[in-house]
This record gives sequence, structure tokens and C-alpha cells, in this order.
Amino acid sequence: MPWFGMDIGGTLTKLIYFEPSDMMELEQQGEKETLKTIHRYLVGNIAYGNTGIRDTHLEMSNQQIGGKKGTLHFIRFPTSEMNAFINLAKSKNFSTLACAICATGGGAYKFEMEFKQRINLTLHKFDELDCLIKDRNFPLECYYWKDADSDKPNSSNKVPFDFHNPYPYLVVNIGSGVSILAVRGPFDYKRVWGSSLGGGTFLGLCCLLTGCTTFEEAIALAAEGDSHKVDKLVKDIYGGDYSRFNLKGATVASSFGQMNIEEKREQASKSDLARSTLVTITNNIGSIARMVATTEKIDKVVFVGNFLRVNTISMKLLAYAMEYWSDGALKALFLEHEGYFGAMGCIMEYVSMSQNFSNIN
Amino acid sequence: MSSTDKRYATSIDLPTEDVFRNLQNACHFAVDIGGSLVKVAYCSKLHRKTSHVRDHKEDNNSIYQILEEDGYTRRLHFIKFETKYLHQCLDFIRGHLMQSKEFMLEKKNIKATGGGAHKLDKEDEMECLINGRSGVSFVKVESDTKYERIGGTSTGGGTFWGLGSLLTKAKTFDDLLELAEKGDHKKVDMLVRDIYGGEYSTIGLTGDIIASSFGKAARTDKENVPCYKDEDVARSLLLSISNDIGQLASLYCRLHQLKKIYFGGYFIRGHPLTMHTISFAINFWSKGEIQASFMRHEGYLGAIGAFLKGAEEEDTERYTWGENFAGCSGLSSSNPLLDSRERSSTFDMLELDKLEKMLQPCSLLLDPNSYLPDTVDLTTDTAAREYWIDCFSNSVDKTRDQALASQTGPDVKERAEAFKQKYLQRLQELNDNPCAYGSLTVRSLLDTSSHCLSDCLFTDPYSQLKHTENEQALKCLPQLLCKLDGLSLEELQLSLAKGLLAGNVFDWGAREVVDIMENQDFGFIEAQDKLQERPWLCDNYEEWHQRLQDKPHKCAVIFVDNSGADIILGVFPFVRGLLRRGTKVILCANSRPALNDVIYSELLILVKRVAEISPDIQTAYENGTLMVMDTGQGSPCLDLRLINFELVELMKKQEADLIVIEGMGRAIHTNFDAAFSCESLKVAVIKNRWLANRLGGDMFSVVFKYQKPQKIIAAKS
Repeated sequence: MPWFGMDIGGTLTKLIYFEPSDMMELEQQGEKETLKTIHRYLVGNIAYGNTGIRDTHLEMSNQQIGGKKGTLHFIRFPTSEMNAFINLAKSKNFSTLACAICATGGGAYKFEMEFKQRINLTLHKFDELDCLIKDRNFPLECYYWKDADSDKPNSSNKVPFDFHNPYPYLVVNIGSGVSILAVRGPFDYKRVWGSSLGGGTFLGLCCLLTGCTTFEEAIALAAEGDSHKVDKLVKDIYGGDYSRFNLKGATVASSFGQMNIEEKREQASKSDLARSTLVTITNNIGSIARMVATTEKIDKVVFVGNFLRVNTISMKLLAYAMEYWSDGALKALFLEHEGYFGAMGCIMEYVSMSQNFSNIN
Repeated sequence: MSSTDKRYATSIDLPTEDVFRNLQNACHFAVDIGGSLVKVAYCSKLHRKTSHVRDHKEDNNSIYQILEEDGYTRRLHFIKFETKYLHQCLDFIRGHLMQSKEFMLEKKNIKATGGGAHKLDKEDEMECLINGRSGVSFVKVESDTKYERIGGTSTGGGTFWGLGSLLTKAKTFDDLLELAEKGDHKKVDMLVRDIYGGEYSTIGLTGDIIASSFGKAARTDKENVPCYKDEDVARSLLLSISNDIGQLASLYCRLHQLKKIYFGGYFIRGHPLTMHTISFAINFWSKGEIQASFMRHEGYLGAIGAFLKGAEEEDTERYTWGENFAGCSGLSSSNPLLDSRERSSTFDMLELDKLEKMLQPCSLLLDPNSYLPDTVDLTTDTAAREYWIDCFSNSVDKTRDQALASQTGPDVKERAEAFKQKYLQRLQELNDNPCAYGSLTVRSLLDTSSHCLSDCLFTDPYSQLKHTENEQALKCLPQLLCKLDGLSLEELQLSLAKGLLAGNVFDWGAREVVDIMENQDFGFIEAQDKLQERPWLCDNYEEWHQRLQDKPHKCAVIFVDNSGADIILGVFPFVRGLLRRGTKVILCANSRPALNDVIYSELLILVKRVAEISPDIQTAYENGTLMVMDTGQGSPCLDLRLINFELVELMKKQEADLIVIEGMGRAIHTNFDAAFSCESLKVAVIKNRWLANRLGGDMFSVVFKYQKPQKIIAAKS
């Protein structure tokens, strides 16, 4: 029985813990003290070590997985802290469990040996793209931003989207980098595009530009900033709209286009820089997603990945850009558990795999 | 030509004289002072020696008189340099512009823009095409007049510079590029390997691929403040933006079903790493289907269009402008160690010469859009490139001596030596970076030599030699015609073909032939003996002979090659044969001198001299069945995309149904594979051992390629 699903990305590791409702069953199974200790530790805290965090608002109770009922807990920590995680697991006697954890993401390969050697834990590896599309909860938690407008950022609202007839759709997974998958059926998907300009780029640039230390900090800075102090707009070049090519005066002509001038640099605050970085990366992803969607002839684009966590600015920008530049033909969709699809899919993969096993037996 | 300018040059150590050439004769002048780059454009009145031939027999020994005259033409200059050099350059510019009588007299058309350029200048930047000064625009171009902006991105040169200024200590755009050259992006970027520990093989991503630009700079805790080198950050930035542009370009191509992308604009500015990254991205994302090309003088597109509009408003449609290879700068070498000439990255220069004629594509081409004149692309054919660069380097002394002998005067020696140095330097540059001047072909190498000569005021070094050879050949003509008249029709036709070939042996452009001609008494008979025996290397004589049994052609257009025996003993008898069959003939010669090729003004006189010998020629010339035209070109090769529009009109009017192209330059180096909608005959003797061997023959191998009209085969769509 899988209790854990883990998605080890370039920047963040996402961990899902399944807490069975009936703990008695656990004991009957003779599943020792260790598991209880771990259980108490995970559920009893909302922060682990210096950097581990449990997203309590995402917690899902009364879930049915592999024939058992229970609660799903969502935990994340920086991949750079993997060593601390392993130490923690060791201190909680994880090794005596001698069980397997299903894992996906690049780190499942990178850290495989370390898990085995140090805490005798076998990683059941699943392909991250397979995992990304395996979540059954898609339909329940899909939403879009209604009336997104770049001029009035606060006007739009989250509206649920009925995703029961999903196919075909595009998944734009914005983690450290960006992967775009075209999904045409439950088992029919293909990675059609990718970009190295993703969440890692946003955070990396923000850290360099503003000295911030976390994603949350970077987003908070961006929320207060004004990118117009940093970017060069169409109206800065043409004095107004450039009607000949249907470009609005407020359109960004050159991201960071004013920053080659020293006085302008002095006038720009850290938050302005963070905002411009966020807008640049988001718009770039939006353009790519829009063109890929058009060439693939797909009109539903689902944006996932931890870049979107606590990041309504980007979501609304994407929603607006997709709608505006496609003349309303494309719809940008988002999911509540934006960053945990890999980890969840990985549990699902494991379940379906073991069910197939028991069927054969 | 700039000996009086020394006092300005001494105050600064920039090569301003080489950069702002002929500024003292500028008439229109425009300067655009941007934050990073200054663009200067001006139109200068250019002193040229032009050689004329005059039909005055002052004594009986001379068939015509050669005169060298001072002439003037217009040249457009476009120069681009970093703003940091502005003050030094302005002194020079001010000093020289004041000297320009024309400029002071006309007192008009100073266009100073910059800063708020849009507010001052009315020219619409976009109309003139793409200009990637800050962001990037993607413009789909369907024809000269039909284009549309299909999209853009704000992540371009401005972003590189802006972010670079924030993240590093670099002050200028070029400083940033220099930093990027030295950096290691792997210190800053997160690679696939960093995430997977190796490659992500299921989707074919190798470990080296960048998974997340700047991903390693993303901090996750408050301790461990990492420190990144400026070089590494600059490189990561350059790669991420180049990659992104390449990706978006591929997507736009896919969206609009386009196969070719041309990159221009400020960001790229000939920078090898940038071009390499963009090409790589496009190749990767289009799976090799889309071809990326870069413009050598990127950033001028807007300027040229605007300036032409302003400077030549009244007659811009009536001229064509041709690049002066001698005065233009090339791309820097892809290997920075090899690039000792800093100039190309500091000053970028483009010069366009006004050509006398309006030029148009030849109407006899099967498909002008797919026609490419050049047979071999020397940027890709390494062996050929090495051979030809070597070959031209070795013959530069002969060319210099020829130039020296063609003129008198105190500075001739200095100028001849200047020519040699200039051409050798260019050849060296091309050897280091074959793409430095865009496409590289035998034609461009030959043309560069002509331009360098002309730039050193050697207009027609071969004029005397051509004169002498024409004279000698004319003396042999009566006897030859008499001999031909005694032949049977069968023999005559083969003799005419062979004569055409034998004449073509005489070529002062072919080094190995020059050696023979200089060292022995070499006549038309000897030349015929040198010719390869039949079957020739390319031998369609039977088909040609067969064709001559059939009804005559309406009109033959003949592009002629050398002076002397070639034109007089080879071409004219052949022309006479055609005329006698009732075929009209248009003889086409170059407008401007190149090597010992016969030029239009000479041909006009030669045809009269031949007419004095041959009644057939006389009658035909008088009644208009023999016509003489100029091609509008001045190259030993032939680019049928741009020939004199009057010639094109005449071809149409006379319903030309046969095109004859003669000589190595016109029928081998160029046009060998050209397809025509009418019958074509390509005739040449290969006077270069290396080339002959390469084509599977030996020295003096013969190409006699006759083809029926070709048809467009519908391409599979």
C-alpha cells in the first residue's frame, strides 16, 4: 500500500502523504510503530525543518484510493534540502519500514542510489509526464479566470470549469522550466514543446536582481511593483498606439528595455524589477502556449506547476493573454492543486499497477 | 584620396578615414544617435576614372581611341558605431562635411534623429522591415510589396542589455557580448543533468540541455548567498534570449507554414555565439526543416529604405544600387582568436554604388525566383574555397602589375600596392571566416577584386591590352572568314563551334593561360590545337548540329566574354552563321570593365570594324537584325537576376528563343545549372587545371552544353 507519492523536481520536491481513516487497520496489518511515528510527525506539524511546508489549505479528506479511505496531505520542500530530508527519514527509522516509495521527476533518478544506500528505501520510478496526466481529480478542481483584463487586475474572478469532457487539452507544466504536453486521450499524450524560461528563471533572476530568498518573497515583491518603470512600452517608442500593426501603447515593446540607462535603473525599485521579471516570464510562456495550442489545434490549455502557486498575477496575465491574442478562441484553465499533479499521478500509477498485479494473481 | 585629411586623423586613433570614406564629398547626410549606437548615412559624389573608347581613327594603326576621363557617380554610405565614439567621430564628420562644396551649397537634408527619433523622423520604421532595436518583430514577407507583422516578443536586444546592465558591471552592449564569450552558463543555468543526474532519455533530452535558465541562481534559503561571475551570468542571459527568439521564430514559421527565416536587427549584429544559438534552437525545434539566415548589415534595413526615400525621392525608381565589396565591412570571425581586425565589431560599414541602369531579371529564365547564378557555394565547399582563395591570392601580383602598367602618374605605384594589400586582406578575412561577407562564390571573389581595383582608381587596367588584341584579331579576320566560306555546310558548323571555343582560350583572367600567352607566340591556330578532342567533357554538339538542320531561331541572345580573338575570331563568325540562317542576334556586353572582357562601348566600335570586313555583318547591323546591347553588369560572371531592363524589353520584343552564354565566368562559375524557358547553349573552355580535374577532365576541357527549352515540373506539395 502506498502511503507516499513524491515528485522530485529541479527546484521543489512535492510529497503527498495518504493518511488512512482507519488507523486500526494499520495496526492489524502489523505495520509497526515506525509508521505511526512518521504519521504523527507529518500530521502533527505544518512545517518540517527549516524549509518543509505542509499546504493545509489543499488537504483533501474522505478520499478513496486503492480501496481505502483516507486524507491526502500535501507537503513540499526545496530539492536542495534532500539531504536533510533523508536525515530526517533516517532519524524516524524509515529504513525499518523496508517499503517502497513511488517517485517521479528528475530527482527520482538522481537520488535513487542515495535513498537505497542511506535509508534502504526503494524508489518506484514513474515517468513524470505519465504522472502529470494521471490524476483523476482534474474535473473536480478545474477553474478559469473570468473577465481577466490586463488593465483591471482585480476585476476577474475564479470560476469553476466543467472538465468532464477534457480531450483534447494542452498541459503547460511550469516548474523550473516549462513542458507542454498535448493530451488527446487517457493514454494518448505527447510532449510537444518545452522552454527553459520557467519558474526557476523567475526565481533565479529575482534572487539576483533583488536579493530575495524565497519564491513567496519574490511574488510578494512583484505584487507591489510596477513593471512600466522597467520595461519599454510601445508608447515609449511611438508616442502612443502603433495602430499600423495594431499594437496598443501599453503593450510591452521591450522587457527591461529601460534598464540600460543608469538613471532609470536608479529609479526602479526591487519590487518593480520583480514585477517585470514575473511579467516577462509569464508573457513568454503565454505566447509559446498560445502558438503551440494553435498549431496543435487544441483550445483548452491547462496551466499547472508550482510557478503558479500564490501567483494570481501570472494566472490572470495568462488568462488575459490567451483570450486576447487568440480573439477568444483559447481558454486558459487552472487547477487548485497546481503543483502536485506529478506526485498525485505517481500514487495513481502505483495503485493501478498493483491492482493489475492482484488481478493477474 | 584622403591625403588632405591627415590633420583630423592625428587627433584620434580611430580609423575614421577608412570608415567615413569620401565624406568631404557628401551631399545628403543623416545621423541617428541612439542610446547605444550611432548610425550615419550619407550620399557622396564619388570621383571615378572612367575609360571611354572613341571611334576616331587618328592614325591608321588604331582601331579606336582610349580615353580616361574623370567621372562622377553617387554612392550611399551607411556606418554604425557605438555611441561612446560619438565625440571623436563628430569632430571628424564636422571637419569634413564643411569641406563638401555640394553639401554647403545645397544646405539641405541633414536628418538628425535619435532619442525621440519617432517624433522627428517621419519614416515609418516598420514599413522598411524588421528592426530589432528593442523587442523582436516577426514579419512575414511574401513579396517585395506584400508583408505583414505576424507577431513579436518583448524579449529581445533591449532585454539582454537591460537585464545585463542590472546583473553585471558591463557598460555597453559590446561589453556584455564580450563577457558572454568568456562565461560558462552551466554555473547559472539548471541543466537536464542537474535534475536527472543524467539525460532524460524517454523524451530525448540530453543532459546538457538547459532545463531552466538561471535555475541555479534560484535560492531556497537565507544562508549560503551564492556569488555568480559576471561572465557566467552574461552568457546565460545571451543563451536564454537567443534560444527563446529561435523558439518563437520556429513557432511562427510553423504557424504560417514558412521554411525560411531571416534575422536582422540590433541584437544579433553578427555575433557568432548569438547566431549559433538561434540557429541551433531553430534547427532543434523545427527538426531541421527551417533554415535560419542572418543579414550581414542587420540594423540598416530601416535606414536604407528611409534614406533612399529621402535622398533620391525624385528618381529612386530609375536606379539600382549595388554593394561595393571594397568598402563594406564583414562579420567578425567565428573564432575570436583569429579575429585580429577589431574594426568589424567597432564600425560597421555598408556602401552602395549607384548603377546606371535599372536592372531586371532576365525574361528567359525558367523560374527567376528559384534561379541562383552561382554553381558552387564556397562557404560549404571547403576544398573549392581553399583552392580559389589560394588561386586569387597567387595571382594578385599579376593583377597589380597590370594595373600599374595601365596608368601613369606619381601615385600609381602607391595605389597599385594599396589594391594588392586591400584584396589580400579581404582574402585572408574570407579564409578565416568564409561567411564574413555573406555568400562566398567565385563570382564574389572576382567582383571583390574589381571593386578593390576601382576603389584604387584603376578603372580598366586591361584597356590597352584589349585594344592591342582587338587590333591583332581584326587583322586575322578576313583570312578566317575566307577559309570558312570554303567549307562544306557540315564542316562549317563544326568549325564555327570550335572557333567559338578556340577564341575562348584567350583569357587574361586565367592564370595558367596568361603564362602561356606571356611566354610564347600564341595564336588562334595554336589555341585550336590546345582544345580537347571530341568527345568533349560536356558534349551536346550532335544535338546542336541536329537542331541547325531544323528551322532557324527567331532571335539569339549572346552574352560575350573576352576581347580580341574571342569576340572577333570566335563570336563574330558564329554570329555571321546565325544571321545567314535568318536568325536575329542580340550581342550583349558588360557595361563596366572587368578583366579583359569586352565592354559595350568597345563592342559598339568593334562591330563597325568587323562590318568593314564582313558584308553580312554590315547589312545585318544596318538593317537591325544584329543588335548590340549592354548588360548593365560589370562582372566577369553573369547574374541574370539583374540585367539592363532595356535588354529584357528587347529580348521580349524580338521573341528571343536561344540564349548563348560564353566563357568560364558566365557559363561555368555561374549559370552552368541555370534553366531557361528557351533553348540554351553554354560554351566554355576550362582554363584552370584544378577545376578541369574536378569536373573529371584536363586542362582545356570543353563544355558545349546545349539544352532544349525546360519546363517547370510541378513540385510535390
